[in-house]
Amino acid sequence: MTTLTPPAEQRATTRRPDRGARLPRRPGRSRARKASDDQAARGGPVWALAAWALTLLFFAPVGWMVLTSLHKEADAATNPPSIFAPLTTGNYGLLFDRGVAPFLINSATASIVSTVLVLALATPAAYALAIKPVEKWTDVLFFFLSTKFLPAIAALLPIYLIVKDLGMLDNVYTLVILYTSMNLPIAVWLMQSFLAEVPREILEAAEVDGAGLLRVLWQVIRPIAMPGIAATALICFIFSWNEFMFAVNLTATRASTSPVFLVGFISSQGLFLAKLCAAATLVSFPVLVAGFAAQDKLVRGLSLGAIK
Amino acid sequence: MATAATTAPGARPRTGSTSQRAARWRRRAPLLPALTFLVVVTQIPFLVTLVISSLHWNVLQPGDKGFVGLHNYQTVFTDPRLRNAVRNTVVLTASVVLVSLVLGLLLAVLLDRRFPGRGVARTLLIAPFLVMPVAAALLWKHALYNPDYGLLNGTLNAIWRAVGAGEGPQVDWVSDYPMTAVVAALVWQWTPFMMLILLAGLQAQPGDVLEAARVDGASGIGIFRFITLPHLRQYMELSVLLGSIYIVQTFDAIFTITQGGPGTATTTLPYEIYLTMFRKYEYGEAAAAGVVVVIGTIIVATFALRVISSLFREEMAR
Repeated sequence: MTTLTPPAEQRATTRRPDRGARLPRRPGRSRARKASDDQAARGGPVWALAAWALTLLFFAPVGWMVLTSLHKEADAATNPPSIFAPLTTGNYGLLFDRGVAPFLINSATASIVSTVLVLALATPAAYALAIKPVEKWTDVLFFFLSTKFLPAIAALLPIYLIVKDLGMLDNVYTLVILYTSMNLPIAVWLMQSFLAEVPREILEAAEVDGAGLLRVLWQVIRPIAMPGIAATALICFIFSWNEFMFAVNLTATRASTSPVFLVGFISSQGLFLAKLCAAATLVSFPVLVAGFAAQDKLVRGLSLGAIK
Repeated sequence: MATAATTAPGARPRTGSTSQRAARWRRRAPLLPALTFLVVVTQIPFLVTLVISSLHWNVLQPGDKGFVGLHNYQTVFTDPRLRNAVRNTVVLTASVVLVSLVLGLLLAVLLDRRFPGRGVARTLLIAPFLVMPVAAALLWKHALYNPDYGLLNGTLNAIWRAVGAGEGPQVDWVSDYPMTAVVAALVWQWTPFMMLILLAGLQAQPGDVLEAARVDGASGIGIFRFITLPHLRQYMELSVLLGSIYIVQTFDAIFTITQGGPGTATTTLPYEIYLTMFRKYEYGEAAAAGVVVVIGTIIVATFALRVISSLFREEMAR
């Protein structure tokens, strides 16, 4: 294998040309304010009041959803609303009686398996776009992104027909594959932006010291990239968990996920507001937790790594 | 891949070309699984869509399937239902994007200053974006908009009673203002998205420039108008373009809140395509409409890519 390695000067030319610009670690960075910095101007009491009033207005529907989920049906359907009605967790028990569990398990399977698959595909790809970049690596990066911009609805019919032909309708692994392709571009972009932050000097030092590829990956890249991998995983999980259009059109009974449970749930109920709120809270809970955990990285994920 | 394998041995006398090519392929190797997967799963369906769009294919008339060229496109552009759907899509997307951009900017400016509990407020503000879209749509439809005991009418009623004006008004929000009802629910979900991007923009402002402006005696409004807003432009463009690309695809909210009604008042293109596909079974027409949506999205996406690549290059240059 050693004979296949190009001479040193050739290797140097295949290296990413703009690497040199990266070496001085972002002189402009230090001028930019960070969320945690105390440089941020302090707002007065009026400022705080306005900010909190708007925040609570925006949060009110979520708060109302959680509160109603803990009310009895009779207290949930009153006018004016009964805010201080006694609390109960009975609605959540009823959801499990009605068989929400298989839907939650399908959602978990589809989101977790697809997230693992996304990371398994995106991490090596990001390595080939950031650490040892292929030629024209920006073009490849933008190709990944462009697939994300194709509206899913336009792919629904062919996917439906292909999946039907393969006999994979109402199969949770169909969703796994679709969610993997839906999240792969996001993950490649994010992972690329995280791996590009691995300092070049450390990689070179490790190579000079004779560390093999596996050691470099495990001992140099992994510790630096781990927070990025975690954030990418959480963002992929959020998008898969919340996906509805493919789930409702490609599954029927066995493989349906939690959003499908939600829409099917209301049609069969009379007085249902408290139970509906309990169901909505229950299915949103994993994503709320994941989102709060990833909130510092959320903006980077949503902007596809364009904003750090 | 085949060319590399067949021409490599001895095809070129220059030494090292074989090993160079091998090295290049070794570099590419980690990329190939992801690239192959994505090409297969995203590009093949679009080729199939193109083919179907040239067929007359209604599942209810199985004997009548055949090539009709561009006829489906003609139908798409002349069908008043589809023209109505295009109009609704533009109205919905533009209103949601613009209103949530303005609200997001307001919240971002508020959150850019320190105040007690700022971290908690930021976390609470993200929540609407994280609530499952279908759950959010159901929540708005039943818990907020319900004319009898929804939170909106309930609150109005409580206020009316508190000021001694008797019973509050009983507005049937979804039937009377269908488009506004859908827009409001979507604005609620997308404002946090805009807020997060714009807040990141505000926080990336170079502190010394603001300091210098302040020392030079610029007013708060002046600084915002002449330094902050121009600096934010790129971030606003990014949030508008990404927001448009996601919001144009809205399916959950329409499906759940209005089913496109009353009549066709809130039928957007994605929902119309869904109806054409799974209610009318006009596969050819649905595929043609899908291709039109793709072309429309590509036009918006071209601008989005330009903004992202300029931000990307800026990051690279740092």
